[in-house]
Amino acid sequence: MSLAYLAQEAVQETRSTGFGAIGYGLAAIGPGIGVGIVVGKAIEGMVRQPEMAGQVRTTMFLGIAFTEALALIGLVAGFIF
Amino acid sequence: MAAEEFHAPSLNDFFPPAVLFEGTPFELDRLMLVRILLSGLMMLFFVIALRSPKIIPRGVQNIGEIALDFVRINIAEEILGKEQGKRFLPVITTIFFLVLASNLGSIIPFINISPNARIGMPLVLAALAYIVFNYVGIKKYGFFKYVKSSIVVPGVPLPLHFLLVPIEFISTFVLRPFTLMVRLMANMLAGHILLVLFFSATQYFFFISGGFQAVFGVASLAAGIAFTFFELLVIFLQAYVFALLTSVYIDLALHADSH
Repeated sequence: MSLAYLAQEAVQETRSTGFGAIGYGLAAIGPGIGVGIVVGKAIEGMVRQPEMAGQVRTTMFLGIAFTEALALIGLVAGFIF
Repeated sequence: MAAEEFHAPSLNDFFPPAVLFEGTPFELDRLMLVRILLSGLMMLFFVIALRSPKIIPRGVQNIGEIALDFVRINIAEEILGKEQGKRFLPVITTIFFLVLASNLGSIIPFINISPNARIGMPLVLAALAYIVFNYVGIKKYGFFKYVKSSIVVPGVPLPLHFLLVPIEFISTFVLRPFTLMVRLMANMLAGHILLVLFFSATQYFFFISGGFQAVFGVASLAAGIAFTFFELLVIFLQAYVFALLTSVYIDLALHADSH
């Protein structure tokens, strides 16, 4: 068989992997910025009104949980698909 | 001298071979035995701590009371208020301590895996939270009124309702239990894979490959130790967040008509 035909066959055999890692990297951009905004605003609030620090802190954890869930779904989706 | 390949952690780590009762529906593998062990240990801790309780606590009873008070004051009563907090305290406390005890397996040396890394246990806990908050809402408002006030946003022009109602429905009744479950599982899965990667890389650099690569072993060991501390924080945070979100959903179901 000619070399060109064998080379063509060989090229079709290779498969690219690692899409899961790329997918997670893209999925982590949004929640990264989001968590930064949530915590930054919480810090601002705690500084302006130190007596409300406890409630602000609780709400901050709530916000972090919601935004971080999206990044984690991106991580898991890379493993599943 | 045969050089062994480096075995990176993979998803097969989470499906070890069966240990007991193989072939039956009650087949137990290592992960399920760890689930039983950690839940049993936690029950044992509370039985010992609160056996013959005294008004002025001494010793282990102190720790048990501090832990229970943390859940009661900072999670249940902060979100739900005094009387509703007291009503739902058993559910929230169970969820918090079960998640905490199961997550701790991730950093205990010979266990090294959190039983929450497979979807089964987070599924059950999320189903418990889902049933509780829906039951509370349906009991207080009646089924149709509860669903309607959870989904329909008041004060919005009519064409926007066609967009908002499906979004609200999926967000309230589908995404809430799903994200509760996936958040816990993905955190524990990622933590386990990270720790296994660092410690097996240390083993590989120090003992299996020779020569100057031992320098990399020091770095991966330091990273492994640092991530163990980080994992401790994540363990506690995930237990707190699960219990906190359950109580927030219960509170939203109790006040469904005043969004």
